[in-house]
Amino acid sequence: MTLSFNAETFRDDYTFANSPTAIRAFPFPFERDDYTYTVNIEQHVPGPVQSATEFPIHIDEHYVAEMQDRAITLAQDPLRCQSLPHMMTAEWDLVELLMTSMSTHYPETFTLTRDGNRWHWINRPLGLDQTFTFGDASTLPQGPMEYITRQCQGDFCLLDQRDDNLWMDAGMVTTQADWSLDFDLGMNFMEWHAPVPLAHDLGVFERALKFLLNLQQGRPVRRLNWTMTINPRLDTSPENYHRWGIDKASVTPENVGDKVHLRVELQALWRLPRSNAIVFSIRCYLIKMDELVTQKKWARRFHRVLASLPQPIADYKGLARFRDTTVAWLSRHDDGLPTSPGFAPD
Amino acid sequence: MRRPSPDRLTSLRDMTMQPTPIRSRPLYGTLAPVRQATRHIVLAEGEGASAVTDAFRGHDALARTSILFSPAPRSADRRPATDLASLSCEALHVASGVEDLLAELATTLSSATMGTRLYISGSEDFIGRARSEALQRGIDADAIQTEHRGAPTRRVQCVHCKGFTDGVAASPTVCSQCGLYLLVRDHYSRRLGAFMGVCIDAEAPGEIPPAEAFGA
Repeated sequence: MTLSFNAETFRDDYTFANSPTAIRAFPFPFERDDYTYTVNIEQHVPGPVQSATEFPIHIDEHYVAEMQDRAITLAQDPLRCQSLPHMMTAEWDLVELLMTSMSTHYPETFTLTRDGNRWHWINRPLGLDQTFTFGDASTLPQGPMEYITRQCQGDFCLLDQRDDNLWMDAGMVTTQADWSLDFDLGMNFMEWHAPVPLAHDLGVFERALKFLLNLQQGRPVRRLNWTMTINPRLDTSPENYHRWGIDKASVTPENVGDKVHLRVELQALWRLPRSNAIVFSIRCYLIKMDELVTQKKWARRFHRVLASLPQPIADYKGLARFRDTTVAWLSRHDDGLPTSPGFAPD
Repeated sequence: MRRPSPDRLTSLRDMTMQPTPIRSRPLYGTLAPVRQATRHIVLAEGEGASAVTDAFRGHDALARTSILFSPAPRSADRRPATDLASLSCEALHVASGVEDLLAELATTLSSATMGTRLYISGSEDFIGRARSEALQRGIDADAIQTEHRGAPTRRVQCVHCKGFTDGVAASPTVCSQCGLYLLVRDHYSRRLGAFMGVCIDAEAPGEIPPAEAFGA
C-alpha cells in the first residue's frame, strides 16, 4: 500500500482533517449505545484490513504532519523526551521493535537492512538514510529512543520492571491528554496513577499491575481509551494547559462540528527482549464531529453515549463546559434507529 | 488497566475534592538511628530538630553523626540549635538557610562511604527538597529516613515554567517564578521533591477560588 501524506497542522490554524479512508480507519471506541466502563484489554493481534489495528504499528496519512508537530513541541520543551541512564538497553529494544514493524508492514515507505550489528535505515517521507551500529548510541544523531520516536506516530513510554513494580523511567510524550512525563519520570505504577480518583479503591491498579508484570514477549496487548479535545491539538499537555484550557470555553452551537473532536488513544503494551522492560505506546487519533457523523452508526451511537455519560465521568474527563452543546448538535444526526453490533462503521 | 490519562483530562478543579490519600505522596516515619551504620548524616530544619534530639539523645551513634541544621524560614528561635549542640555529636553545622545547608550537604556527601545513613526531618517541603538532592547525589532511597515536623507546608513545582515555590501553605497559590495562580494537585514527585502546580483559571481567566490551607 502506498501512503500519501497530508500537509496539515495541529496548532495555530489547525488545518488537520481526515480523508474518507482515515475516517473509516478511525478506532471508534464504543461497542454499545450507552456508556459502560470496561477495562477492555485484548491481545494486540491484527485487525481488519485498513483499520487502525491492521498492523502492530499504524502509520497513516497524518504521519509527516505529526512528526513535524512533535519536532515543534520538542524544540519548545526538550523535557518531553527523557530517559534515565539505566534505560539504554530498553531504548535499543524499542528501536528494533519499531524499525522492524514499520519496515515489514510499510516496505515502500521504510526499509531496514541488517548485517549483524550494522543496520541501515531508510525513511523516505522524512528523507532520512542512516547507517548505524546497533547498540552503539554514538552512531545515531540522537539517543536511540529519541531517534526512532521522532519517526513514529504515537507517544512511547519505557517501563522498567524491578521490585515487582513498573517504573516510568523513559519516554517520548508530546501528544498526551494531560499528564506530564517530566513530573512522572522515575515514578512507579502506583505513584503515576495517583491522581486518578476512585479506581485505586476498587483495586483496579493492583490487578492491572499484576497482569502487566506477567506480560509475555511476543504477546502484546492493547486497549482503547477516549476523551474529547477542542481543536485538533495533539499537545494537550499540562505544561501548556494555561494556553489551551481556554479553548474549552470557545464551543458554540455553530462551531461544534468543526471544533469538537473525539480523541481516542490506542494503547498497546509490549514486553521487550533484552531489557525485560515494557513499551507502553499511546497512539492518539482525532476526529471532528463533522467527520464522525459521516458514519451514521457512529453519529447515533456517540450521541447516545455522550448523552448517557454519568456526570462525574463527564466532569472527570473535562467535558463539562461543552458536553450539552455537543449532545444537542449530535441529536440532529440521531434518527433513533437501532445500531448494528460491534465498533465498525456500517 | 488505566494509565495517567486521558480520563485525568483537564478536570483539574475536581481533583481538589479528592478525599482519598495521595498515592504518590511519601509516608513519613520516625527517625531511628541504624546501629550498624558506619556514619550518620542528619539534615534538620526548624522543628525537625526536636525529632533529631528525640531519636539520637544518648545514642552511641552520636560519635559517628554529622548534623546539618537550618532554622525554619523567618524564625529567630535559637533553641533548636542549642538543643542539637547539647547532643555532642561528631559535627554540627548550623546553616544560615536551606540553600546553605544543601551546599554543605554536597560537601559532606562527597566524602560519604558505604554504610552511610541519612536522616531528614522538618517541614514537608524541606524533606522533599533534601531527599531529592540526596538521591541525585547517589544516596540509595533505602538509606534515607524521614520524619515530618512543623507546619504542613508543601514545595510546589509549576508544571508550566518548572519553577519551584517553597513553603506553600494553601491552594491555590501563586507561582514564585511565573506568577500564574496554581492549583496544588494531589500528585507528588519524589524525584523532584515537589507537588505539581497547575494553572487554576486556564478555562476561565481570573476566576480564582479562595485558598484552602493544607491539613497535616
